[in-house]
Amino acid sequence: MPIDVPTLRKAFPTLARELDGQRLVYLDSAASSQTPVAVLDAMDHYYRWSRSNVHRGVYTLAEEATDLYETARTDLARFVDADPRGVVFTKNATEACNLMAYAWVRRNLGPGDVLLTTVMEHHANLVPFQYAAGDLGFEVRHVPITSDGLLDMDAAANLVADGRVRFVAVAHVSNVLGTINDVRGIAQLARAAREDAVVHVDGTQAVPQLPVSFRELGVDAYALTGHKMLGPTGIGALVVRPELLETMQPFLAGGEMIRDVTLDSVTWNEIPHRFEAGTPMIAEAAGLSAAIRFLEELGMDAVRAHEEQLTGRLLEALTSIDGVTVHGPTDLTVRGGAVSFEVAGVHPHDVGAMLSSKGVCVRVGHHCTKPLMRCLGVNATARASAYLYNDTDDLPPLVEGIEAARAFFAR
Amino acid sequence: MSMEDLYQEIILDHYRKPQHRAPVLEGESVHVHHSNPLCGDEMDLRVRVVDGQVDGIVFDGEGCSISQASASAMTVAVAGRELDDALALTEDFRRMMHGDEPSRPDDLQDGIAFQGVARFPVRVKCALLGWMALRDAIETYERGASAHTVEHDDDRPPSG
Repeated sequence: MPIDVPTLRKAFPTLARELDGQRLVYLDSAASSQTPVAVLDAMDHYYRWSRSNVHRGVYTLAEEATDLYETARTDLARFVDADPRGVVFTKNATEACNLMAYAWVRRNLGPGDVLLTTVMEHHANLVPFQYAAGDLGFEVRHVPITSDGLLDMDAAANLVADGRVRFVAVAHVSNVLGTINDVRGIAQLARAAREDAVVHVDGTQAVPQLPVSFRELGVDAYALTGHKMLGPTGIGALVVRPELLETMQPFLAGGEMIRDVTLDSVTWNEIPHRFEAGTPMIAEAAGLSAAIRFLEELGMDAVRAHEEQLTGRLLEALTSIDGVTVHGPTDLTVRGGAVSFEVAGVHPHDVGAMLSSKGVCVRVGHHCTKPLMRCLGVNATARASAYLYNDTDDLPPLVEGIEAARAFFAR
Repeated sequence: MSMEDLYQEIILDHYRKPQHRAPVLEGESVHVHHSNPLCGDEMDLRVRVVDGQVDGIVFDGEGCSISQASASAMTVAVAGRELDDALALTEDFRRMMHGDEPSRPDDLQDGIAFQGVARFPVRVKCALLGWMALRDAIETYERGASAHTVEHDDDRPPSG
């Protein structure tokens, strides 16, 4: 069923705000989405009704809290079609990528090995591995992009050909170009060259907008975050094949993640708890559950269809403005909702300031992708990203704001 | 926010018709390169020092209107000044960006138009880019060096 945006918007308190008498136009969901009341209620309910710690108390409140937390795990596993034993909660996707870097890459790669990543990665899926490479002396290779913003798969095939690539880190969807990468294809390439290559995907931008099946993608690990998929900040996850997770050593040590401790030794808890040291984010887990149910009720196919259609209109609107250049693919079947653009003669900060004065929220800057900015030959871009609560009513204020910026700043 | 609060006409004038904007300076004594990692802005500042004074100054770079206009206004305000005086004026501007009343509004000349930028915290670094480059250029010169590159946020109290 298509999404009824005007009705849906009523579930999001922030979207009812006015700024200086103007309707708020929120086009920055690729940075963080808005939060529906159902998510706020779920978190509030935990604090007002079941406030206690998880996994230890034998009393009712503790059982309820544990149930909320573990239900979030099974909800997320269902949502991305994965085994709940492989779902590790983290504070965000960055921590999920670091978990993979510390618990696998740093324990397995060394001189002579190669880690393959791409030039379009968010710093979260690049820096943890670059850092490890500096410490351990393995090589990092980068898949370039084509002129239309797709990963260059021929180059990728060459980069894995010598059979030395043991780990691949790739984004499912680019936060700047919007490109939906063929991660299944990359995984197949890597494994054809080396059977035991481990493929790690940054799914931060994919999970909010696309139906994702971890099993069908056939990858080993998948990082995601709650706050871009209607959930609260402070919770993300690393989804790992349980067989691989079983072989991994803990990243953070302490309470919760142990089975037995003596003064001299420790045995680890079973997966996934082995990777969740300390008291977890219980309210946030409850909020994430509510966000997942909200998305499931709409249906991710409907969310994707809405996104694809609206992104098409957004691209049309932007390219119709004199002096505006859009980065990334124009083929809607291989792109998500983030659209980066430049306005000739106007710096992105000035575009953002003008849009802000008209109640329009867009992101400006390097989007934590400095290597990609260098590839594109720019210092920064402006980025508009639509989500399920946006519709075509949000496009005219964007267009008018950009045109006003052109008129105001043009030299 | 209102666009007019941030972008005064004087600022736009400097942005559209920058003063002392050039890629080279004849007889250059010192050259510094500053970048703002937050937004990727770049600033090259070249100063010619004669008899302890700013005898010549040019900037070049890429950035938002606030950063470019502020650098332009800075070059006008400090041209011909003694180095110590230029440093003192820089500190006056820096403190103004943190909400203090400037003690030398007349000497800041068009720089005073940037006072309102202090209310937009994310843009303060833009307005400071050229001034912080100037301070670094003078400090570099006084150390006896002729070039310096700074790739981080240089909004700190003055050294010494």
